[in-house]
Amino acid sequence: MDNNLSNPDPPPRLRMVNISKSFPGVLAVRDVTLEVRSGEILALAGENGAGKTTLMNVLTGVVLPDAGEIYLDGEKVVVDSPRRALELGITMIHQELALISQLSVGQNIFLGREPRRKLRGWVDWPRLNQQARGELDRLGLDIPVDALIGDLSIAQRQLVEIAKALSYQARLIVLDEPTSALTEKEANTLFGLMRSLRSQGVSLIYISHRMEEIFQLADRVAVMRDGQLVGVAPVEDLTPGRVVRMMVGRELRELFPKEKTTPGEIVLRASNLTSPPQLLGASLELRRGEILGLGGLVGSGRTNLAQALFGALPLEAGEIMLDGKRVEIRSPRQAIQMGIGFVPEDRKSDGLFLGQSVRSNTAVGLLRRLSVFGFVLFRRIEQRVRDLVSRLNIRTPSISQRVRNLSGGNQQKVVIARWLALDPKILILDEPTRGVDVAAKAEIHALMSDLAARGVAILMISSELPEVLGVSDRILVMREGRVAAEFNRAQASQDAIMQAATGQVDTDTPPLSTNPEEAHP
Amino acid sequence: MNTAESISLHRIGELFRRGSVFFILLVIVALLAVLSDRFLTLNNLLTVSLQTTFIALAAIGMTFTIITGGIDLSVGSVAALCGALAAGLAVRQQIGTFPAIAAGLLAGALLGAINGAMIVAGRIPPFVATLAMLAAARGLTLVYTQGRPISGLDETFTFWGSGRVAGIPVPVLVLVVVAVAAHLVLSQTAFGLHVYAVGGGEETARLASVPVRRVKYGVYVISGLCAALAGILITARLWSAQPNSGVGLELDAITAAVLGGTSLSGGVGTIGGTVAGAFIIGVLSNGLNLLGVPSYNQQVVRGLVFIAAVLLDYFLKRRWKLRRQPAGD
Repeated sequence: MDNNLSNPDPPPRLRMVNISKSFPGVLAVRDVTLEVRSGEILALAGENGAGKTTLMNVLTGVVLPDAGEIYLDGEKVVVDSPRRALELGITMIHQELALISQLSVGQNIFLGREPRRKLRGWVDWPRLNQQARGELDRLGLDIPVDALIGDLSIAQRQLVEIAKALSYQARLIVLDEPTSALTEKEANTLFGLMRSLRSQGVSLIYISHRMEEIFQLADRVAVMRDGQLVGVAPVEDLTPGRVVRMMVGRELRELFPKEKTTPGEIVLRASNLTSPPQLLGASLELRRGEILGLGGLVGSGRTNLAQALFGALPLEAGEIMLDGKRVEIRSPRQAIQMGIGFVPEDRKSDGLFLGQSVRSNTAVGLLRRLSVFGFVLFRRIEQRVRDLVSRLNIRTPSISQRVRNLSGGNQQKVVIARWLALDPKILILDEPTRGVDVAAKAEIHALMSDLAARGVAILMISSELPEVLGVSDRILVMREGRVAAEFNRAQASQDAIMQAATGQVDTDTPPLSTNPEEAHP
Repeated sequence: MNTAESISLHRIGELFRRGSVFFILLVIVALLAVLSDRFLTLNNLLTVSLQTTFIALAAIGMTFTIITGGIDLSVGSVAALCGALAAGLAVRQQIGTFPAIAAGLLAGALLGAINGAMIVAGRIPPFVATLAMLAAARGLTLVYTQGRPISGLDETFTFWGSGRVAGIPVPVLVLVVVAVAAHLVLSQTAFGLHVYAVGGGEETARLASVPVRRVKYGVYVISGLCAALAGILITARLWSAQPNSGVGLELDAITAAVLGGTSLSGGVGTIGGTVAGAFIIGVLSNGLNLLGVPSYNQQVVRGLVFIAAVLLDYFLKRRWKLRRQPAGD
């Protein structure tokens, strides 16, 4: 970073000083100090889980930091609520947009501060629409003010949201992966708008994984890893390869023990699975006894691919062969009958009955199998559950304990136990170790390895590159709804995967090996 | 994507969606006109309007609560209690017609405010809170009336239910005034816009400094007021307050609102649609009477119409969702 000592520059637009924030069990942001100048676009890069989102949530008042201070235009501010952030002129454009679909563009822009007539409480519709028109025109947006938000494309909604932000006199706008749902043309419109805002003195923080966009747009790049800021530099001093290496950091292979296995015959072959807009012709093969890692960025279609294999996503095209026979999987129920298990990404909302016991959670899929004329054989179920609890080493005072009271790692093991009770041939795990502490993580990995050794075919989705590299026999990387690259265990490296995931081919990076010391500029 | 085109296409779709209730009403009217020669007479139409008025009034209040994503199951009991209270004050305490009616309306607003308090301050789901009110207000009605009708109302009171002005029944005129006022409130005031906003996205509304709590209190007070007005007009029409009046009114009111295009998941609805929805129910029951369908069987039809309305809502919503919201990764 350059320091201009002599010049009494105006203070930076934003200074976040020594910000730390931890959640139970995780230190999400560690002692981060970050500056954003007025009229600049700062790109914020980092892997999933690097702490970008938490840092931005601190900035926009969604969560309170445990430590640290925030200065806006040199003035110390306390951002204790999203509302306060809005008043201070800090807005965040989220991936999930915060507009009301049933209301019009104009109503959304002026929600809560509608222009009134003299008669108290009456909305001055002509004036509202006219002012909204003005806000849209200022940005050169050709969107009717009386169109319902629900009828606009995602791109148009984002533009409306920016117009809304600016109507609040925004000084600092955070955009969280705004282009993930946009076409190239739409993205270019957005970039044009961002540049013109920059020239008007607005500061923008731009969160993205896409190197080309970052280098096309940003003035400076800040990179986070493991909750820390690992570097900030002007974009001219960086190359895409260098940023990727900063994001990835050191290798962690030794943390993930993997037993050697010899994969068997192909159990599942999926070709050209298509379900727009997320899945655009993805194919894969899965063998008995192997762990297939599925990498890629959030939004690349990984989860959708898993859902399609589990019958939870209707397909427009493509075919699935199971043990060499063509099958149609129309519902999760069918998938389960065919011996496919699925551990979802969000165990709390999709995987567990939090208020119920370890016993009920584990046995829910068994009830029909272990019952006679509709009467459940509780003894046998109890026995199965106890076996699984001890086999998976689930730490719970008793099997009557409510799942809510277990740690994240043990909760995840309960979800896995439920599937093991059904002896699946294929087990799909979506982010199996998210929010799980290191020890439990290792146990889950050991368990996966053990299952593979017993002949189960495992498909694991993970955003954590070291995990993908450490656990998998083979790795597929998805990008934009397709499988973009395949690596075997020996070939794969974090750089290679990241480049395949971001679509960035880079000559500057030495192939397939990284030197962690280079990470800091 | 071509904005102008998609929007004009949408307009047509929306017009059909909004207009479908009027279309259905028209079809039913035409059908009955063919099936029964007594249906399309001025006298019968006025009778239908009168019968529909009470449902429509309760349904107007209901529309406000449903747009916010809530519901008010207590309208029937509140109508009965307020009607009985007004009658009792007029007959037993002799406080005069207008003070008695005013007291009845005030009681309705108060009961609505209690619903609001349970929902806003107590954080009780609207379904549960107003279900409790349904039971409690009915109980209070039985206590207050001793389970017997309160009769002996004078003509200044019964005029509001049985009188006519220029040949039109007074309750129908009241309905017109209330419907126009409610329409203006929903479409022209900040409060009305905020009702939609709360139903469309409560958190977003709160962030935009919409007074969410006040809006919620407001809709339950309006619903209570509308129910009370319906109850008082029913009392005036029957020349007496019946302890069991308004039983099942909530079902008709919800059916009317949903038939009229109000979405049970909030954010969408109009007064015009709701009134048309109420007329579908009124015309249907009048038609079934004319065709000689026994009243027990008519109950079954009411249930079926309700389910049809909910399915319609579900169908429209699913199409809405499918078209707009691709699932995330």
